[in-house]
Amino acid sequence: MAEPDQSVLAIEKLSKSFQNTAVLTNIDLAIAEGSFLVLVGPSGCGKSTLLNCIAGLEEPSSGRILIGGRDMTGVPPKDRDIAMVFQSYALYPRMSVAKNITFGMQVRGATRAEQKSALERVSGMLKIDHLLERRPAQLSGGQRQRVAMGRALVREPRLFLFDEPLSNLDAKLRVEMRAEIKRLHQRLGASIVYVTHDQTEAMSLATEVAVMEGGIIVQRGPPQEVYDYPVNTFVAGFIGSPAMNFIEGHIRKDGGAVRIEIPFDGKTMAVPAEHYPFVGSTEDGTKVILGIRPEYVTGRDRASGDEEVSLELVPTLVETNGFDQHVNLAFGPAEISGRFSPREQIEIGTPLPTRIDLSQMSVFDRKTGMRL
Amino acid sequence: MTARGLLYLLLVVFVAYYMLPLFVMVITSLKDLDEIRAGSLMSPPDRVSLESWGTAWSSACAGILCEGLQPFFWNSVKMVVPAVLLSTLLGAVNGYALSQWRFRGANLIFALMLFGCFIPFQVVLLPMARTLGLLGLAGSLSGLVLVHVVYGLGFTTLFFRNFYVTVPTELVKAAKIDGAGFFTIFLRIFLPLSPPIIVVTVIWQFTQIWNDFLFGVSFSQAGTQPVTVALNNIVNATTGVKEYNVDMAAAIIAGLPTLIVYVIAGKYFIRGLTAGSVKG
Ligand SMILES: Nc1ncnc2c1ncn2[C@@H]1O[C@H](COP(=O)(O)OP(=O)(O)OP(=O)(O)O)[C@@H](O)[C@H]1O
Ligand SMILES: [Mg+2]
Repeated sequence: MAEPDQSVLAIEKLSKSFQNTAVLTNIDLAIAEGSFLVLVGPSGCGKSTLLNCIAGLEEPSSGRILIGGRDMTGVPPKDRDIAMVFQSYALYPRMSVAKNITFGMQVRGATRAEQKSALERVSGMLKIDHLLERRPAQLSGGQRQRVAMGRALVREPRLFLFDEPLSNLDAKLRVEMRAEIKRLHQRLGASIVYVTHDQTEAMSLATEVAVMEGGIIVQRGPPQEVYDYPVNTFVAGFIGSPAMNFIEGHIRKDGGAVRIEIPFDGKTMAVPAEHYPFVGSTEDGTKVILGIRPEYVTGRDRASGDEEVSLELVPTLVETNGFDQHVNLAFGPAEISGRFSPREQIEIGTPLPTRIDLSQMSVFDRKTGMRL
Repeated sequence: MTARGLLYLLLVVFVAYYMLPLFVMVITSLKDLDEIRAGSLMSPPDRVSLESWGTAWSSACAGILCEGLQPFFWNSVKMVVPAVLLSTLLGAVNGYALSQWRFRGANLIFALMLFGCFIPFQVVLLPMARTLGLLGLAGSLSGLVLVHVVYGLGFTTLFFRNFYVTVPTELVKAAKIDGAGFFTIFLRIFLPLSPPIIVVTVIWQFTQIWNDFLFGVSFSQAGTQPVTVALNNIVNATTGVKEYNVDMAAAIIAGLPTLIVYVIAGKYFIRGLTAGSVKG
């Protein structure tokens, strides 16, 4: 039990299939006490299934799950020391808010006094004291969300599980509740596994992100690391909004110098790659995809650094949001997007001086999609 | 004439079509025999007499017993109440299990139960008689209750399953994490949601069981016949003069409970059929 580096949650070689379709394949995952892990991935990639396995609501087909170092195989949900918040809130419709929150305690045989003090603590924390007598149907979406969190909080569990808890809220409320969840995490130091398909939510909440695709965890790490060093084109395209630009090219090795050559306007544009931290060795002629985030495609007044190229590109679409202009620029037959200062005069069709900062680029193998 | 006028005319015709037989029954039951023979079918009674109602209730001869409908009416009550309650409760548990605890084979079981709804009464008569005999319930009211519960289960399960299937499955998941088991979740969370569908099921089952004749006549004996069988025996009595007023009164008495149930709970019936389980 008392291993030194004990994790709150450890998942070992977990696989799950329904009938004959594999939904999760060989998942390995461990999180430390107090971390906020966000599982993010497109719809249907198995996030909820993984969460349900952790909660004990689904039985894994193989592999095992340890919570607090204890093997959870065959342990029912109520004995796993977890609490869960669902996307649909799943409040008990015919019970008052107070009853919803204390139902679990009551089922476990807590005394009235215990229930009362727990209720007071939680409802104060979530500012729902004035709602305690209402039924769920008499609450707004945000209030229901709070009650659902209250139901989880009274349990004081070892591990919180959240399944897309904010996706039924409107945009403004979502941002508010997001901040509130983050504050709760900081205040309680709780360990959380949080599922979402919204990469913004993942980036802003997580201390660690695990990106899933098709039942596999593709990459896992601190949000900034995942953002800066995506392991493949899927992660690169999924994390970040607007999405990363992908430009096709190939590697050219000349003695010691490494370049990436990009066919552009009938010519070849050479991008120096001496400083690029290649994962392994690369061969001359390898077909690659160059990944550049839109914020590194900017105008005259913004770019910096020495690893940059200057071009004239023709804008095809401009979107303003007040602090930035998102501009789509024709780049050969394709388009790339960039972020320009709101003061810059941009006209569709008129060539625009553009700088591309290459210090933060990513290079992927075009065949495998993996980071090089 | 406006379309609206036409509509009302049509409605009046339909109302008349349905109400006329009842009207004839009521006025006939209030006449005495002489007047029935002399007067026309539609004319209201000259003198209102409740005598035939008394006869029908307490002294008309059904078969050899001349105590009116009364004892049989109570037989029916004693049969209907437990049969309705049991079949509704079991249907609720079945529907809950089938919709919310998607165990292996749940769909097959549901399909078989649905199939059970469409098996004609006549087909089950002989096997049922044999079963009741083996259970030692032949001819008893308990036997009749069992028959109606078993036969009604397909319908009640269908009603409740279709109602509960609209409840998000996350509710059960949340309750499981809260530590509640199968029956706690049913009693504390699902049953409180269910009044609309309970009303529908109770009305449906009450009507079916109260009005049933075939099972009643097949599986009862002298002391345990339900009111429908007694009514038949009164109306079809071959001896003596045909007392139409008593027949009519008896028929109305036999039909009254279902009528009352509809009047009291009819609007909940409509509401229950159209209601979703979880609002908001
Ligand atoms: N009970 C089940 N039986 C069969 N297939 C299932 C079952 N539950 C989930 N699946 C399948 O497993 C896959 C993953 O489902 P899951 O609900 O885990 O996805 P998700 O990542 O949570 O998606 P979303 O973001 O839409 O919630 C889906 O293709 C789904 O169809
Ligand atoms: Mg999901």
